[in-house]
Amino acid sequence: MELFIQLTLTGLTNGAILSLAALGFVLIYKSSDVINFAQGEFLLVGAYITYALIVQFGLAWPLGMALTLAAAVGVGVLVERFVLRPMIGEPIISVIMVTIGLSSLLRAIVSTIWGTLPRSFPAFIPSQPVRILGATVGADRLWAIAIAVIMLGLFTVFFRRSREGIAMRAVADDQQAALSMGISVKKIFAWAWSIAAATAAIAGALVANIVGVSGELSGFGLHVFPVVILGGLDSIPGAIIGGVIIGLLQTYTGGYIGQGLNQVIPFVVLILILMIRPYGLFGQEIIERV
Amino acid sequence: MESGIFHTTYQSDMSLRRTHAQKIRIILFLLFMLAFPFFANRYYLTLANQVGIATIGAIGLNILVGYTGQISLGQGGFMAVGAYAAGIMTARMGLPWWASTLAACLVTALVGAIFGIPSLRLKGLYLAIATLAAQEIILWTVTHWDAVTGGVDALVVPNPTLFGIQLNTDFNFYWVIWALAGLTAILTINLFRTRFGRAFIAIRDQDIAAEVMGVDLFRYKLLAFAVSSFFVGLAGALTAHYRSIVTWERFTVDVSVLYLAMIIIGGLGSVTGSFFGATFMTLLPAILTNLGRALKTSLPFIDSIIPFVQQATFGLVIILFLVLEPEGLNKIWRNIKDYFRLWPFSY
Repeated sequence: MELFIQLTLTGLTNGAILSLAALGFVLIYKSSDVINFAQGEFLLVGAYITYALIVQFGLAWPLGMALTLAAAVGVGVLVERFVLRPMIGEPIISVIMVTIGLSSLLRAIVSTIWGTLPRSFPAFIPSQPVRILGATVGADRLWAIAIAVIMLGLFTVFFRRSREGIAMRAVADDQQAALSMGISVKKIFAWAWSIAAATAAIAGALVANIVGVSGELSGFGLHVFPVVILGGLDSIPGAIIGGVIIGLLQTYTGGYIGQGLNQVIPFVVLILILMIRPYGLFGQEIIERV
Repeated sequence: MESGIFHTTYQSDMSLRRTHAQKIRIILFLLFMLAFPFFANRYYLTLANQVGIATIGAIGLNILVGYTGQISLGQGGFMAVGAYAAGIMTARMGLPWWASTLAACLVTALVGAIFGIPSLRLKGLYLAIATLAAQEIILWTVTHWDAVTGGVDALVVPNPTLFGIQLNTDFNFYWVIWALAGLTAILTINLFRTRFGRAFIAIRDQDIAAEVMGVDLFRYKLLAFAVSSFFVGLAGALTAHYRSIVTWERFTVDVSVLYLAMIIIGGLGSVTGSFFGATFMTLLPAILTNLGRALKTSLPFIDSIIPFVQQATFGLVIILFLVLEPEGLNKIWRNIKDYFRLWPFSY
C-alpha cells in the first residue's frame, strides 16, 4: 500500500510536468497545425536559463523566474518569425523536419554555452521529505503538482476570459473567419509559440529542481508524443489527463514490473491508441481516414 | 541551338539514360569510382564506404518517404533490425556473410511491413508519430532481449571472407559496398518504371484517386514499407559486416533524423538526390572536424566545441535548405545543368 501511494505521488509529479510540456505542444498544434519536435528543447532552454539567472548571476528566484519567462517568450517569437513562418503552406514533412532541425540547433547552443555535464540546481522550492499516508515524497514534487494545477487553471481562465485567449480559439477554429473578423493570425501564431515556450520553461525549471539540469532534459520531448496522442492532439484537457495517465502508467510499470519496461510502455500505448482511436480521448474526430 | 530536352519517340522518353551528356557523366562517374580506391588513403576510403552505406539507406528511405509519401521516423530501428539480424546469423549460426546479409534484408522487410500496418489507417503527422514509436519499441527490444541480441553489450561479428580473402578491410569492402549501392540505385530507378513503382507514386500524389484507379492501398502501402525496409536492412547488415561490431548506439532516433535530413537535403523522390544527400550529410561532419583540427593551433578552445558546432550546423543546414531550397541539392544540380545546356541564352 505504501509503495502504491509512493508510486502514485511520483507518477502524478511526472504526469504534471509532462502535462505542462504537452500543453505548449497542443497549443501550437491547435492554432497553427504544426507538430513541434523541439518541445523538449524548449524545456531544456528554459531550465538552463533559469539556472544561469539564479545560480550564475545570483538573482532572487522570483526575479529569475520572471526573466526566464520573458526570455522564453522572446525565443518563441523569434522561432515563429524566422523558422516557422516561411513554412506556411509547405508539406507536413518539411514542417516536421524544420522543427527537428530547430531542436538540434537549440541543443547545440545550450551545450556550447553550458557544456554537457549535469549540474545540480539550487532547490529554490523546498524539498524536505513529507509523509503522506505512510509514504514519503519530497515537498518539491508536491509543489510541482500544485504549480501544474495552478498553471492549468490560469490557462483555462486565459482561454475563456481574455481577449487574446478568445482570439486564439477563434484562429484554431477557422483561420479564414478569424482573419475576416480582424484578428491578426500572425500575431496569434507568435502568441502560441511564446506561450508554449513559457510553459515549457516552467516545466523545465520544475524538473531541474527535482533532478538537476543536464542535456537529458530534452528527452521529455519524446515522451510528450504518447501524452498528446492519448489525450487528443488538439485538446487541452486531453493534454492534462493524458499526462497524468502516462505519468502514472510509467511509474506503476517501473515500480511493479521493472526491467526498463517503463521506458517503452508509453510508446506501446501510443501505437495502440493510434490503431484504435487515432484522435485520442478528447480530440476532435476529424482525422482523415485512408 | 538547344532550348530544352524534347523527346520525339516513346523509346527515348522511356529510356533510362536520356541524353548524351547524361551518358558521358555516368561514364566519368564510374571511371572515378573505379579509380578512387587506388589513389585514396585509408581515411578517404573509410569516408567513401560510409557514404556508400548511407546512400543505400537513403535510397531505401526515399522509396518510402519520397516516392510513396509515407513519412517514417523509424529508419534507425529498421537499420538496427538489419544489423542485428545479420550479426546474429553470422556470429551465432555461422552463416556466411552474404547469406546472412540477404536473410537480414528479408527479416527487415518483414519487420518493416509489420510496422507499416498503422499506415493503413494513419497518414501525415500521425504516421510520423507511429513510426517514431516503432523506432523506440525496436530499440528497446534490442537492448532488453539479452538472450538473442546480447542486450546493451556490443555484438561481435566474425570477419567476412570471400575465397579466403578477408573482406572488411577498407579497400576490399569498398567494392562490396559500392557494387551493392549501384545495384540498389539501378533496381530503384527501374522499380519506378514498373506497375508497382507507379502505384507508389500514385499513392503519394493522391491516395483516394489511386484507390479509385484500382490501386489496392493495403497491398501497395505494405509493399512500399517492405521494399524500403529491404534496402534499409541491407544498409544495416553492411554496417554490421564492415564494422565487425554491432552496438545499439548506432541506431538511435538521431539516425532516423539524420537519414530524413539526407533525403530532404538531397531531394525527395530521387535516387540521385539520395546519393547527393548521403554524401553531403556524411562529409559535412568530417569536413567540420578537419577544419577544427586545422584551426586548433590558432584557436585552442575550438577542439572542445566541435561536437556542438557539428550539431548546430546539422540543424542549421536542415532549416536553411527547407526555407531557401525545399527541393534540395538535386534541384540545385538540375539548375546548374540547365544553365550550361542553355548557355549563353539561359534565363
